[in-house]
Amino acid sequence: MRYGYYPGCSLERNAGAYHTSLMAVAAQLGVEFAEVDDWNCCGATEFIAVNRLRAYALVSRNLALAARQTNGSNGAARGQLVAPCSACFLNLSKVDHYLSESPALTNDVNNALAAGGLSYEPGSLRVRHLLDVMVNDVGYERVAATVRRPLRGLRVAPYYGCLVVRPGFRERFDDPEYPTSLDRLMRTLGATVVDFPLKAHCCGGHMTQISRDVALELIRRLLKNAADYQADMIVTLCPMCQLNLDAFQESVNSMFGTEYRIPILFFTQLMGLAFGLPPAAVGIGKEFIDARPALARIGAAPPAEAEAAPKRKPRRNDQSLPLPQMPEEE
Amino acid sequence: MATSASLSRTSDFFREVVAEAPVDPRLEACLQCGTCGGSCPSGPDMDHTPRALFAMIAAGMRDAVLRSNTPWYCVSCYYCMERCPQEIRITDVMYTLKRMAIKAGYSAQTSAPRAPGFAQTFVDHVENYGRSFELGLITRYYLSHRPLDALKMAPLGMGLLKRKRLDLSPRPIRQIDQLKAILDRAREIDAAAQLT
Amino acid sequence: MNAETPDRARHAHHATPGAEHGERVGVYVCHCGHNIANTVAVEEVAEWAGQQPNVIVARDYKFMCSSLGQELIEQDIQQLGLNRVVVAACSPHMHEKTFRTACQRAGLNPYLFEMANIREMGSWATDDREAATQKAKAQVKGAVDRAVRQQPLEPLYVDINPNTLVVGGGIAGLTAALELANAGYHVYLVERDSSIGGHMAKLDKTFPTLDCAACILTPKMVDVANHPNITLLTWSEVLSVHGYVGNFTVRVRKKARFINEELCTGCGTCVEKCPVRIIDQNFEVGLGYRKAVYRNFPQAVPKYPVIDTEHCTFFQRGKCRACEIVCPTDAIDFNQKDTFVDLEVGNIILATGYEQFDARRVSQYGYGRLANVFTSMEFERMVNAAGPTAGRVVLRDGVTVPRRVGIIHCVGSRDKNHHEYCSRACCMAALKFAHLVHERVPEAEVFNFYIDIRASGKHYEEFYHRVLAEGTHFIRGRVAEVTDAARGPGEEGQLIIQVEDTLIGKQRRIPVDMVILMAGMESRKDARQVAALFGLGCDYDGWFTERHAKLDPVVTMTEGILVAGACQGPKAIPESVAQGSAAAARVAGMIGQRVMKMEPVRASIDASSCSGCRICNNLCPYHAITFHEDRKVSEVITALCQGCGACVAACPSAAISGAHFTRDQVLAQIEGILWDARQPEVLWLEPQ
Repeated sequence: MRYGYYPGCSLERNAGAYHTSLMAVAAQLGVEFAEVDDWNCCGATEFIAVNRLRAYALVSRNLALAARQTNGSNGAARGQLVAPCSACFLNLSKVDHYLSESPALTNDVNNALAAGGLSYEPGSLRVRHLLDVMVNDVGYERVAATVRRPLRGLRVAPYYGCLVVRPGFRERFDDPEYPTSLDRLMRTLGATVVDFPLKAHCCGGHMTQISRDVALELIRRLLKNAADYQADMIVTLCPMCQLNLDAFQESVNSMFGTEYRIPILFFTQLMGLAFGLPPAAVGIGKEFIDARPALARIGAAPPAEAEAAPKRKPRRNDQSLPLPQMPEEE
Repeated sequence: MATSASLSRTSDFFREVVAEAPVDPRLEACLQCGTCGGSCPSGPDMDHTPRALFAMIAAGMRDAVLRSNTPWYCVSCYYCMERCPQEIRITDVMYTLKRMAIKAGYSAQTSAPRAPGFAQTFVDHVENYGRSFELGLITRYYLSHRPLDALKMAPLGMGLLKRKRLDLSPRPIRQIDQLKAILDRAREIDAAAQLT
Repeated sequence: MNAETPDRARHAHHATPGAEHGERVGVYVCHCGHNIANTVAVEEVAEWAGQQPNVIVARDYKFMCSSLGQELIEQDIQQLGLNRVVVAACSPHMHEKTFRTACQRAGLNPYLFEMANIREMGSWATDDREAATQKAKAQVKGAVDRAVRQQPLEPLYVDINPNTLVVGGGIAGLTAALELANAGYHVYLVERDSSIGGHMAKLDKTFPTLDCAACILTPKMVDVANHPNITLLTWSEVLSVHGYVGNFTVRVRKKARFINEELCTGCGTCVEKCPVRIIDQNFEVGLGYRKAVYRNFPQAVPKYPVIDTEHCTFFQRGKCRACEIVCPTDAIDFNQKDTFVDLEVGNIILATGYEQFDARRVSQYGYGRLANVFTSMEFERMVNAAGPTAGRVVLRDGVTVPRRVGIIHCVGSRDKNHHEYCSRACCMAALKFAHLVHERVPEAEVFNFYIDIRASGKHYEEFYHRVLAEGTHFIRGRVAEVTDAARGPGEEGQLIIQVEDTLIGKQRRIPVDMVILMAGMESRKDARQVAALFGLGCDYDGWFTERHAKLDPVVTMTEGILVAGACQGPKAIPESVAQGSAAAARVAGMIGQRVMKMEPVRASIDASSCSGCRICNNLCPYHAITFHEDRKVSEVITALCQGCGACVAACPSAAISGAHFTRDQVLAQIEGILWDARQPEVLWLEPQ
C-alpha cells in the first residue's frame, strides 16, 4: 500500500511525535507514505478568514503537487493523499469538494495556479485522514495481528475532535456525532476504552490565541469528562487537539483550580507501543503531561483480569425496562 | 437554492454575503430553529447566536453584523453545519463574515479584537515562508498586537522549546517563489473582480 | 424562433399526408384564466391553428371547461359539421372526460376528441413566453394530425366483483372495512400482524379529547371480527395480485400460527406457562417483554395467540412443549403449515400505514446510548395502563419517578438530513405527553422544545392553550444535543438538553431526568415493494401516490386500487379515519354501478401477421394474451387487456395494434409535434 502523504506544518515540529510514531507504525504494517515534495501550509482556519481566493489557491497548490506526484505512480488513476492532521485533512478535502461544485471558483484557482505552472482537476485525488486509512485499508485484523504487547489495563478516552468526522464532504467513514472507529482500534490494541461523551467535541482550535478564557473552558470540559470516566489518558488524532489539551492543561488547572494530570498521546504512539516498539521510537517524552507513569503499567504483568474479562451484566431489578437495542458495533 | 429571482428579493447585505461565500451558502433556507446557536461550543460568549446573525443578515443590518464578535468566536468545529436541518453552510458564512469585516475595517471594533490580528499574522507568515512558523507567529502576534500578554505565553513557548516542539527559525519551502507567484496572481484576479 | 422559421418547414408540412384526409377539425385553445394565457400567446396559437390543414375552425376561450366553453364545441360540431375536436388546455387527467362528454352530447363519437396539454407541459413549466407558445403550437399540431386519423370506438363494459380487499388492519383499514361491510358488501381484511388494531392499539390516550384509545378502538375491532360481511385474515400477507379493476385475483399467504383456531378458546394459559421471555420489539417497541407464544395485547383480535418459531424452545431445540401440555383444548399444533388463499375482488384498498423514524439516526440525541432517552412510541407504551409499567411514568430503572422531563419535537422530521417533511401528528402528541406527565406526576416539570407548534385541527389549538395553562414550559429552539457529560456540579447525574432558546437568543443547558424524542413518521421499509405488487406509485419519501393530492386523495392512478391512512403520507387518527371512509365510499359507488365502462383502448392481434413467437405472451402484465397451439397464433382476450401497449411495442412482426394508439396515429402525432424541426444540418452547409 502506497499513499501520498501530506504531513502539514504541525507534524514538522510541535507534533513531531505524531510524525515519528506514524512512520514507525507504517513500517511495521508495510504501508508506504510518500511525502508530497515541497508542500506548503494548508492555511489552517486563519487563511480563509482573510482572503477567499488566495486561501483556495494555497490549498490547491498542494492538491496540484500531490496529484502530479501521486496519480498514476502506482498504477491507479486516482491517487490517494493522506493527511494525519484533521485541519489539513478538512482543508484539502473541502477545497477539492467546493472546486468540484463551483466551476467559476475552479477557473479562478487554476488561473492563479498557472502563474506557478500548475493546475488541478477537482476530484482527481482522493483525500483521506490517516485514521480512515488505518481502520479501513490496513484494517483491524492486520493491526491485531501486529500487536506484540497489548495495552492491557490501560484506560483510554478516544478523542476524535471535530474535523475528522465533520462535515464529511467526501470521505465520511464514521458517525459525525458519536464516532467509534478509534474506539475499536484502541480495543484492538488491547486497551480498555472508556465512554467519552465529548469525544467529538471541540478542543478550541486557535481560540487559545483569540480568547484564552473561552478556549480554556472548552479544554476544561474535555479534561473533566475524561477524568469523570477515570481515563488514564486521552488519545487523539490531531496535532491541534494534542497541543491544546496537553500544553494548556496546566493553564486550565490554574484557572479553574483543578488538578488534572491526563497525558495526551497520538493514536499512532499507542499503536507503536502495542506493536512492541520502545517508547523513544514513538516520540514518548515530548508531551507536557508525562505519559510514562500511566504507560509503566503496560510493562508490568497484566493486573488481575478484572477489566479484560467480559463484564457481567449487573443483576437487573425486576422492574427495570429493557434498553433500546443498538446495531452491533463491529 | 438561491436563484437570481429569489436573491433579488433579499436585502443588499444578504446578497453581498452570498456573493462573498465560496459556494452557495443556502442562507435563504434558514428556519430560525436555533440548532446552530444551541450547538456552538463558544455560543455563550458570542454577542449574537449564529441564528440571530442570520436574521440580522436577512434584515440587512450590515453594521451590526460586521461588528459582531460571533464569526471571530467560531472555532470551526462544524457542529452547526452538520446538524443544520436546512443544510446551510454555516461555518462558511462565518469565514465569509470575517473577511467582510476585515475588508470593511470593522474587525478591530468587535469584542474579539485580537482575532483578526492573529489571522493576519498567520497569513503573513505563510505567504512569506510557505509554512507556518510557530515561534515567529506567536512572537510577532503578541509583540505587535498584545505586548502585555506576551509574558503569559512565555512559559508555553519555553515548554515547547524544551521539548524540541518549536523551531527557532522558519523553514521556508523550496519553491517559495512559485507560491508567491500563485498568490500574487490570485490577488490580481481579486482586484480585477473588484473593478467589474 | 417562430419568426425565423424557414418557410420551407411549413411547405414541407403541407406535403405530409393529412391534407388528403379531408376531416373537419375544430381547435379550441383555453386561457385557463391566467394559468395558460399569461405564458402562452393563446390568440396567436388559435390563429395559427386555423391555418393548418384540415382545421375548419380554431378559437381561444377563457375557460373551455365552463358550460359556455363546452357549448361552443357542441354548437360548432352541429353547425360546422366538425368530425374531429382538439382542445389545447390542461392535463387530460383533469378534463378529457368533460370534453369527450361534450362531443358525445353533440353526436360525435368521444374517441374522435384529442387533448393537448399546454398547461402542465407548457405554461406551468416555464416563464419563457416565446418558447411556451412555440411548444403549444407543436402540441396542437400533433393533436390535430393525430385526431384526423382517429377512429370511432365503443366503450367496453365489465362486471364489477362486489367484494373488496382491504390491506392493513389499522384504524384506516378497519374504518374502510366496516363502512363497506355495513353497506352490505363483502370485505376481505388482510393484516400482517397477529392482531388488528395497528399503531392506535398501542396508544393510551388520543389528542385533543384524551379519549382512551382502546375504548374507542376495540369496539371497532370487535365489530370487524364479528361482522358477517368481513372475512378477517390476520397473520397473513398478500403474495400476488392479478387482473384489473372489477376483477382482481389476489393470492394471500396465511402464515402458520401453530394454534388451531377451531379449538383455541383464547384462555391464555399457553402464554402464561411459556418459559421463554424476550424483548417485544414489535408491539411494545422494545420497552417490554413477551413470551414465545404470545398475543400483542389483552384485547387482541382475533384472540388466538401465535408461536414465534425463532424463539420457541421446541422449534429451536425440539424440546419443551409446555404450551401443548397445558392447553386445555389441545389447540397447539406444531405441524401447522402456511396456507394459501385466492381471493376474487373488484377493488383493493391499501391501508398499510407508517413506521416510526428510528431515533438512533439522530445520534446527538443519544437514543440507545443514554438510558433515559425514550422514543415517543416507548412513552405511549409507558403511559398505557396495559403497557410494561402499567401506566407509571418511570425512568429506565423501572422505579424512579422523573421530576424533570424534556420533550424534543421534530426528531427526523423537518430535517433535510432525514425527512424534510413535517410528520404532522407529533406536536399534538407532544402536548398530550406533557399533559399526561402532569397528570401522573403532578410535581414534575415538563419542557417542550419546538421549532413551531403545529396545532391546526379541530380543538387542537385549544388543547395547546390548556397545556400552557397547566404550566408546561415551552422553549422555542431545536435541540442541539442531549448529553450526560456534566460541565459542573449542578449537572451531575442528569441528562442535559443543550439548546438555543431562540426567543431569548441565548444558549441554555436544561438538566432533566427523562427525555422523550418525538420521532416522526416514515414510509414502511417495504413500501416500494408493496407499491410494485399492487401497481401503484410512490413519491420520493416512499408514500403512496394519490391521483390528485387535493381532489382525489384516496384513488390512485391504477383503477381499482385505493389508498387510505398514513401509507399515503403522515396523518393522525382523524384524517386516517376520514380517508378510510372516503375510500370505502368510492368503492361502494363503483360497486353500485355493477358494471363499469372501460376505455376501449385495447390491443388486438392481426392473426395473418402473427408469427407465433409468443414474445407478447410473457410480456403481458395482465395475462391477457392466449396462444392457440393449433393455429400457432396469439390472441388478446379483450376483457383482460388494459391497453398498456407493452405487446404492441414488442411485437417483432408489427402484428399487434393498440386501439386509439395505432402506429399511424402515434407517428402522425410525432411528426406533427416536430413540424418546425430543422432540416438536417448538411442542407444548411451546402454552398450557395
